Amino acid sequence: MSAEVGQFALILALLLALVQSLAPLWGAARGDRVLMALGRQASLLQAGFVALAFGCLAYAYLTCDFSVALVAQHSHTSQPAPYRFAATWGSHEGSMLLWVLILAAYGAGVAVFGGTLRETLQARVLGVQGLIASAFLGFLIFTSNPFLRLDPAPIEGTELNPLLQDPGLVMHPPLLYLGYVGFSIAFCFAVAALIEGRVDAAWARWVRPWVLAAWVPLTCGITLGSAWAYYELGWGGWWFWDPVENASLMPWLLGTALLHSALVLERRGALVSWTILLAILTFSLSLVGTFLVRSGILTSVHAFAVDPKRGVFILGIIAATTGAALGLYGWRAQALKPGAVFTPVSREGGIILNNLFLSVLCAVVFWGTFQPVFIELANGDKISVGPPYYALNFAPFAAVLLILVVFGPMMNWKRDDARRTFLRLRIPAAVAGAVALVAAVLGGLKGLATAGGLGLAAWLILGSGAILARRWWAGRAYLGRSVRTTPRAIVGLTLAHLGLGLLCLGVTGVTAWESDKVLNMRPGETVAFAGRELTLTVVETTRGPNWEARTARFAVKGATGGYDLRSERRFFPSAQSQTTEAGIRVGPLGNLYVSVGEESPQGIVVRLWNHPLIVWIWIGGFVMALGGAVSLSDRRLRIGSLVKAPPPQPQVQAAE
Amino acid sequence: MKRFLFLAPVAAFVAVLAVFFAGLGRDPSTLPSVYLGKPLPAFAAPPLRPGDIGLTNEDLARGEPVLLNAFASWCGPCRYEHPVFLKLRREGVAIHGLNWKDRPEDGQRWLAERGDPYVRLGSDPTGRTGIELGVAGVPETFVIDKHGRVRYRHVGAVTPEVWEQKIGPLMARLRAES
Repeated sequence: MSAEVGQFALILALLLALVQSLAPLWGAARGDRVLMALGRQASLLQAGFVALAFGCLAYAYLTCDFSVALVAQHSHTSQPAPYRFAATWGSHEGSMLLWVLILAAYGAGVAVFGGTLRETLQARVLGVQGLIASAFLGFLIFTSNPFLRLDPAPIEGTELNPLLQDPGLVMHPPLLYLGYVGFSIAFCFAVAALIEGRVDAAWARWVRPWVLAAWVPLTCGITLGSAWAYYELGWGGWWFWDPVENASLMPWLLGTALLHSALVLERRGALVSWTILLAILTFSLSLVGTFLVRSGILTSVHAFAVDPKRGVFILGIIAATTGAALGLYGWRAQALKPGAVFTPVSREGGIILNNLFLSVLCAVVFWGTFQPVFIELANGDKISVGPPYYALNFAPFAAVLLILVVFGPMMNWKRDDARRTFLRLRIPAAVAGAVALVAAVLGGLKGLATAGGLGLAAWLILGSGAILARRWWAGRAYLGRSVRTTPRAIVGLTLAHLGLGLLCLGVTGVTAWESDKVLNMRPGETVAFAGRELTLTVVETTRGPNWEARTARFAVKGATGGYDLRSERRFFPSAQSQTTEAGIRVGPLGNLYVSVGEESPQGIVVRLWNHPLIVWIWIGGFVMALGGAVSLSDRRLRIGSLVKAPPPQPQVQAAE
Repeated sequence: MKRFLFLAPVAAFVAVLAVFFAGLGRDPSTLPSVYLGKPLPAFAAPPLRPGDIGLTNEDLARGEPVLLNAFASWCGPCRYEHPVFLKLRREGVAIHGLNWKDRPEDGQRWLAERGDPYVRLGSDPTGRTGIELGVAGVPETFVIDKHGRVRYRHVGAVTPEVWEQKIGPLMARLRAES
């Protein structure tokens, strides 16, 4: 029964999405308040029906209703209930339903919280949002229906891929989608502004929280995905430049650029058309990310079931949305009022450099990802692009960007002096230089890249701290008060840049000092590795809800005391596949990573890794996301969005 | 002039879109081999482990259909297909391996750790043998009939689905051929 309810709910949602797209756009053009209000109602109802459909599918999964084809393909009675629920979005159809659900939820968010927006702007945003929702609901219903029935129903289903049965991966897709889809709001705002022919500080003040609200979960999602790959795939790596990883990195890079350029637009009224373009491109890259996984255009370990028909449909959606938006941009953008003037050496100038480098990085990733497709069409050659391409092309630009990151927040708006800016940063610069010098002396010529990385990390960490230090030093007479009154946006900025420094520290550490060892061990044997002593105590058979495993237990003696580690190979009988669960001792200075392999008369194969500082990669990622969240909670953003008619920005006027 | 600047993104987008549409028809996992229907050229790859026999083109024409799999320890998708090969080996499918552009010690370690599904195993640290066979990357798998002729070339991991839908039925057909 639930499948039919879900099916009808989806169809109703599609009809409502069509109402949501047509009524408010028409209403805004004619100034008809009733039609505009209809758009708001339609978006709320649409969200309700999509949620109902999602609930129906989740219910079918939880109750193991194998008469629903999708459930039979991705669920098994022995699968634990949380993973049966997570399997709801573990398939192509289910993940599209989750995508549409998040899209509808954001739309409802604009309808509910957008009461303070100019009414026509809100109506147009909702209208554009409705168009996107209609396209994706149509895609779902016509090419990827999640509610197809099986007759007769099988008694047992096929298990969800065991690799995906993991708490990290349960959260990974929803977080990524919150990010991808969240950028749709910025996109809708951009298109609505182009239709209105009007972009102002109020527009930017509205867009920025939405961009942040998408950026924070996207950052979390990418970080979580990287951590999951590290502990679950058993390869000991944290980033593989796989097309699908790149697909999430590209919107992140452009989204980060958008975050900064929207700041300039909000505070100074400048970079108007550039911000609009970024908003369009960021969401387009999110769509490309969706397209990539489902079209079969590139091979990837993450790929869903590939179906060219779906690829054509999604490509059609991209062609229509991005094509129309860019066309509108080409037609209307130059009529937008250019913003306030500023000199190259100013915070605006710094942010332009930031945008430039982020866009170049995004282009590097884009070219690396799609080069095989382009080259093959050009001359028929098959090539594959791997880590060396990125080491050569991504790393240098990223390093320069990381140096520049620290300068931006230290500069004044509108006009500043290069020498004075540098003087403000003399302490971080001196310390970072010293760190790099010491590391270079200790590491020799070979260690130059490592020394550079360490110096960069110190520069970023201290340079971010300097933002707060400078502020508090200036108000040191009333230190308690100046700490208390520091706007959260500034704390968020510090945290986000600090997170980048921690990330840099982790990447440098693990790249420079990683070591590994493979050997056969019998129970009772001891091996010395990376300053620790490992003893294999026992190898035994253990059982889980839907797997059995060979578990190896180790006793480790390190400099700081002893602890136990356990690594196992799990066999999932119903899925006929195996996973390796690594034993990882996480520490701030480095991780010890143990992964066991085949057993033989010589013992069990044990692979040991020492990953110095690696944990800072993910701590850095989460600190960045935390920075975004703190910034999102800033009073100014909340109040800014509550002011009905914002007073004209004094700085903007002064500059014109 | 300025007008064209604003139209540039549309133009770039149209170009990219055209490539995507053109690329949609292609299947990155099938790639005809130049040796399709013909035997592979003569080659002799040294053994990966000291004391082994190595792999030559003569090993491929022994009267039964075989698979020739190029792999490397640094290759991610190879980790996905490896369990499939181990299972096939247990089921009696003959699979030969070529350790492509890999340091021999890494290749040895990789097999020691994960199990060795290969009947004959050649080492190709420089990728020279791979060039002769037309290997473009790893993983790549050739289906070779009992006369040593290449019948199919699969680019990418041999997942359980690929085996069930493409390679398995083909092997069954080749076994039935006289």
